[in-house]
Amino acid sequence: MIKAENLTKKYDEFTAVDSINFEVEKGEIFAFLGPNGAGKTTTIKMLTTLTKPTSGTVQLNGFNPVESPDDARKSFGIVFQDQSLDDELTAWENMEFHGVLYGVEKKLRRERIEQLMKFVELWDRKNDLVKTFSGGMKRRLEIARGLLHHPKIFFLDEPTLGLDPQTRNHMWEYIKKLRQEEGTTIFFTTHYMEEAEKNSDRIAIIDHGKIVARGTAGELKQQTSTDSLEAAFLSLTGKDIRDEHATGADHMRMRRRMWHR
Amino acid sequence: MQTIYILWLRQLKRYSRSRARIIGSLAQPLLFLVALGFGFGPIYQKAGGGNYIQFLAPGIIGMSVLFTAVFTGIEIIWDRQFGFLKETMVAPVTRLKIMFGRTLGGATVATIQGVVVFLLSLIAGFRPVSWLGLFPAMLVMFLTALLFTALGTAIASTLDDMQGFQLIMNFVIMPVFFLSGALFPLDGLPPVIMLVARFDPLSYGIDGLRWALIGLTHFGFGQDLAILTAVTAVLLAVGSYLFSKIEI
Ligand SMILES: Nc1ncnc2c1ncn2[C@@H]1O[C@H](COP(=O)(O)OP(=O)(O)OP(=O)(O)O)[C@@H](O)[C@H]1O
Ligand SMILES: [Mg+2]
Repeated sequence: MIKAENLTKKYDEFTAVDSINFEVEKGEIFAFLGPNGAGKTTTIKMLTTLTKPTSGTVQLNGFNPVESPDDARKSFGIVFQDQSLDDELTAWENMEFHGVLYGVEKKLRRERIEQLMKFVELWDRKNDLVKTFSGGMKRRLEIARGLLHHPKIFFLDEPTLGLDPQTRNHMWEYIKKLRQEEGTTIFFTTHYMEEAEKNSDRIAIIDHGKIVARGTAGELKQQTSTDSLEAAFLSLTGKDIRDEHATGADHMRMRRRMWHR
Repeated sequence: MQTIYILWLRQLKRYSRSRARIIGSLAQPLLFLVALGFGFGPIYQKAGGGNYIQFLAPGIIGMSVLFTAVFTGIEIIWDRQFGFLKETMVAPVTRLKIMFGRTLGGATVATIQGVVVFLLSLIAGFRPVSWLGLFPAMLVMFLTALLFTALGTAIASTLDDMQGFQLIMNFVIMPVFFLSGALFPLDGLPPVIMLVARFDPLSYGIDGLRWALIGLTHFGFGQDLAILTAVTAVLLAVGSYLFSKIEI
C-alpha cells in the first residue's frame, strides 16, 4: 500500500532523510519510531505530497505523489504533528470544512461529525471558536477531523501527543475498528513506546535519517536482547538527547511538548 | 463547486469575525477621505478642478479594495504559520480549485469593503452622478479585487514568513496606490509618471470607478474593463501556478 525506495530529502547540505526503503501492506498498522529530529515528519511530508523528495520514489496506493498528487491525495488522510486547525472557525465549522473538501456526502457528513464530536467529547463545544480550546481539546478535534472521511491510508504523526490516556485508548479502539471494517492501512509515529508496542503490527526505527531496525516489537527486542521496546529503542538509537539542526518550529514543538507532559 | 463554495465561505466568515480588522480597514479610508478631501479641497477648487471630494471618493474606494484584496491574498502566510494551510494542501482537491475558492472569497470581501467605503463617502459629502452607476462600479470593484487578491496570493506563495509582509506593503501596495491616479487626475502629468501609471493596474480600476460614479474617464470604460480582465486572468494563472508549487 505504501512503498518507499531510496527515499531521500536534503535541506541544503543537511540530509534529513537518507535513502530509506520500506513497504507497508494493506491493512497493516505500521509504527515509525525515532528520536527527535530523526526524519519522521519529513518522511511523512514526502509521502503526503507536502514536499518533494530530493531523490528516490514513493508509491502510495499505486500512485506516485510527485507525478499524480491529486490521485495520491485521494488515497490518504492525515493527522499532523503540529496544529492545523483554523482558530477563527468553530469546532463544527472545522469539521464541516474538512468533510466538504474530502467530498463526504452531506447526510453522512453530518452524521459522522456529530458521532465523532461526541466521541471526542467536544459536541457541547461545537459552536465555540477553536482559539478558545485547550491544547488537548484541539488535539482531540484534529483526530476527530482526521477520522471524518474514511481514507485507504491513514497517517498519524504523533496523534496522541498531549492526550489523556482515556482519549488515547478510545482513539486506538476506533482506528482498529476502522481497519477491521474497511481494511485501512495505518502509518503512525509516536514517542510512547507502550503505544507502539500495543498497537502496531510492525515497527521501523529511524535515526539520523536512516532506518536502523525493523520488525515486530518482539523481533526488535530479540535483536537487541532487551525485554522492553523502550530498552530496544534506546539500545538502537543511543542515549544522548537530539538537538542537531533544530529549526525554530522544532524548538517550539519541543516546548509545547514539554508543556503538555 | 461545493469545495469552491466552502473556501469562499471560510474567507467571508474570517472577515466578518475580525472586528478589529473591519474597523481598522474602514478608519483608514475615512481618514484619507476627510484629511485629503477637506485639506486639498480648496486648492483643487481654485485650480479649477471642481469638487475634490467628488474626485477623490472613487480613488479611496479603489484604495480600500486594493488593501483588503492584497491582504486577504497574503493571508496564506498566516495560514502557513498557523498550520491550517497543510490541511488544505493535502485535501483531494486540485490546488487550482483551492486557489480559486480563496481568491473568490477574498475578492468578495474586498468588494463588500469597497461598497461600505462608498457608503461612508456619502457621509463625507460624496454624491454619484447617477445611482445606477453603482452597478458598473461594483463590477469594477470586483474585477479590481480579484486582480489584487490573485496578486497577493501569487506573492505570498513565494514567501514563507511574516517578514515578507512589510516588503509587500512597501514595495507593492504603496507604489500601486500612490501612482495610480487615486489622488490626482491623470491628465497633464509628467511623461514618466504617466508611463508608470499606465503600467499600474489600479489606475484602470479607479478610472473605471470614476466613469461609473462621476462620469469622468481618462482611458475610457471599455479599455478599463479590458485591461482589468486581461491582467486578472494573467495573475490568476500565475497565482495558481505559484500556489501549486508551495511546499511545506
Ligand atoms: N524545512 C526545513 N528546513 C531545514 N531543515 C529541516 C526542515 N524541516 C525539518 N528539518 C530538519 O530535518 C530533520 C528531521 O526533522 P523531522 O521533523 O522529520 O524530525 P522528526 O523525526 O519528525 O522529529 P520529532 O520527533 O521531533 O517530531 C531535523 O533535523 C530538522 O531540523
Ligand atoms: Mg515529527
